[in-house]
Amino acid sequence: MKKIVLAASLIASLTVSSFAQETLTVISFGGDYGKAQKKHMIDPFVKQSGVKVFFDDYKGGSAELKAQVSTGQVKWDVIDMEYVDLEKACNENLLERIDPSFLPKGDDGVDAKDDFYPMAINECAIGNIFWATAFAYNEKFIGDVKPTTMNDLFDLKKFPGKRALKKRAQINLEWALIADGVAPKDVYDVLETDAGIKRAFAKLDTIKDSVIWFDSWSQAPQLLNDGSVILAQAANGRLTQFTVVWDGQAFDLDGWAIVKGTKNLELAKKFIASSTSSVPLSGMKDVNYGPTRKSGTKLLTAEEQNKLPTAHLEEGFKVDSGFWSDYGTELNEKFNAWLLKK
Amino acid sequence: MNEDNSFKQKDRKEKLKAFALVSPLLLFVLVFFITPICIILIKGIYNPKIKTLLPNTVVSMQTYKYQNVFPKDETIKILLSELKVLAKERNSGILSEELNRMVPGFGSVIKKTSRKIKKIDIENIESYKDFLLNISKRWENPKYWMTIKRANDGFTLSYVLSALDLEFNIEGKIVQKDESLRIYLPILLKTLYMAFLITLITMILAYPTSYYLASLPKSKANLLMIFVLLPFWTSILVRIVSWITLLQQKGVANDVMMYFNIINQPLDMMFNQFATIVTMTHILLPFMILPLYGSMRSVDQTYIRASSSLGANPFTTFFKVYFPLTVPGLSAGAILVFIISVGYYITPALVGGIDGQMISNMIEFHMRTSNNWELASAMGGILLIITITLYWVYDKLVGVNSLKLG
Repeated sequence: MKKIVLAASLIASLTVSSFAQETLTVISFGGDYGKAQKKHMIDPFVKQSGVKVFFDDYKGGSAELKAQVSTGQVKWDVIDMEYVDLEKACNENLLERIDPSFLPKGDDGVDAKDDFYPMAINECAIGNIFWATAFAYNEKFIGDVKPTTMNDLFDLKKFPGKRALKKRAQINLEWALIADGVAPKDVYDVLETDAGIKRAFAKLDTIKDSVIWFDSWSQAPQLLNDGSVILAQAANGRLTQFTVVWDGQAFDLDGWAIVKGTKNLELAKKFIASSTSSVPLSGMKDVNYGPTRKSGTKLLTAEEQNKLPTAHLEEGFKVDSGFWSDYGTELNEKFNAWLLKK
Repeated sequence: MNEDNSFKQKDRKEKLKAFALVSPLLLFVLVFFITPICIILIKGIYNPKIKTLLPNTVVSMQTYKYQNVFPKDETIKILLSELKVLAKERNSGILSEELNRMVPGFGSVIKKTSRKIKKIDIENIESYKDFLLNISKRWENPKYWMTIKRANDGFTLSYVLSALDLEFNIEGKIVQKDESLRIYLPILLKTLYMAFLITLITMILAYPTSYYLASLPKSKANLLMIFVLLPFWTSILVRIVSWITLLQQKGVANDVMMYFNIINQPLDMMFNQFATIVTMTHILLPFMILPLYGSMRSVDQTYIRASSSLGANPFTTFFKVYFPLTVPGLSAGAILVFIISVGYYITPALVGGIDGQMISNMIEFHMRTSNNWELASAMGGILLIITITLYWVYDKLVGVNSLKLG
């Protein structure tokens, strides 16, 4: 009997102690971006709420999320997702639906639903940055002629040397078409046809031997820095120390999503409300990412605004997450088949 | 009579004891090995999701013929009402993902249709056909309808077919996929080819080594055996990284060859198929040496002497007497190396670059990146069947009983 009482009290004390310290697990992409998020979003939230936040990295995609949700072992609470992955994860019921009514007003008193840019409020996420995939070069290695257009990325004569691209179909197929003369706004219509897909791969074929494929965004600045590649594709926030070519930039959002089945639903919402208010959002300018609230943009100087992808919208296109949700699997399969071909 | 009985009883007791001794391991294997494997394998052929989401539609679709393009109005009505329920319960996303995996592009059609039907009373629709066509012209494609029809029994071969670069065409016949989508069969064949090559190279390297070791006095052989076992005990990552330092573009091997003017330009020896084969051969070599050494040690030297004294030359002695006696060890090593390398993952992932990838890397891709667990398990199942078949062939040819692991 004594033993049972002892065990029971032990268990009770354990559960009590785990209640006492609330911990929220927030997952994002790390690197300079992670540092900026920690400074402007995580730390202020921790200070204000007293909640402990465990802030960790992942590589993107929704596979690990699926593993956690479908096995019922949910370890993550809030997750930073690219909108191109978001739609699929939302469809598969891996994320909590978010009713945006809990979001606070902007600093200027405008209601959240008018303050956020329309794209930022998603069924399953609240946008936290505007960002872009673009390519960049290192002034140290580039030489006298500098790249200015998407054509230059595919021009081996003008810019001999290796290029670093992320190992996936997304963006690379769009860029191939743009370099082949398709107008950015028509890219997805062309890519929906078989002929368009063939055309994109044919263009990629021309640089295939000169590409280093990387898996994680953090590899791109490394490769540029040590001169392993002459041009590299990356999220623009990873390219602050290099010169970005905005032509053909693929413009997109990231958002905070809540993992389905998390035990910390209310806490997660609290975190999202706090971290997507005007001031934290404007802090993302540290890594040249744009705020998703109009009131956040107002807090930036004209010079700061000019460095954001939002200042170069007419040179690029918006990534179509609906398209990628439909054709992502098929095109990535084709992409892999293409990679394996000699 | 009495004695016989008590003997039997004792025998049974012994057997029971023996079983009790192995039962923890048996239970462990059953719970943590056999069951999960079976669950995963079933995923590859059984996927009742569409049928659970659209039960009545699937039943009603059974009379559908693709020549008519659209099914009966009644069927469309059932589909729409089921979609409406799904949309209200926010489950239409799951259905759209599921169908999109079968026919790319189907997902958004389902999503658009459910969004629309959510707000409309089905009874008020005049023409179902026009209603669907208004939402998306793609509903005109019989491929979409056939996918729903085929979901009837929950069992599906489509993932297994995909894993072999095959698919169902509109008439339900099995055909090869479009050339730009053929990927798994070539990589499966390449995996088998690489595993075969690695087995062959390890054989060629291990046979003389083991022979030399077996011919030495025991104390010396044991000392030299450490050189075989030392790498075996070193972490596999350390061994792989050492190979990277050796073979990379600015690595030791290239530098040395450049220094002695053997080559003018560094060779590409890392992050390709060559690197995978070299590294795996090194890693798997002990698995060949150990059983070979064991079987060579146990060869009775009197046979060899007898053969020579009966007039056979060294070649005949080797091929007629010595070699057949080492076959059990050789084949045990070969089957070990082959089976391990067919499913090897970490080495190709780290040093294989793009053309040195093997089938297990593709399985990992579908488990961890593309979320297509069904396809991954179908591929895993095929790999398992190939391995078991090879084992069976081996048993027929050499006999598993003669297997000797040293």
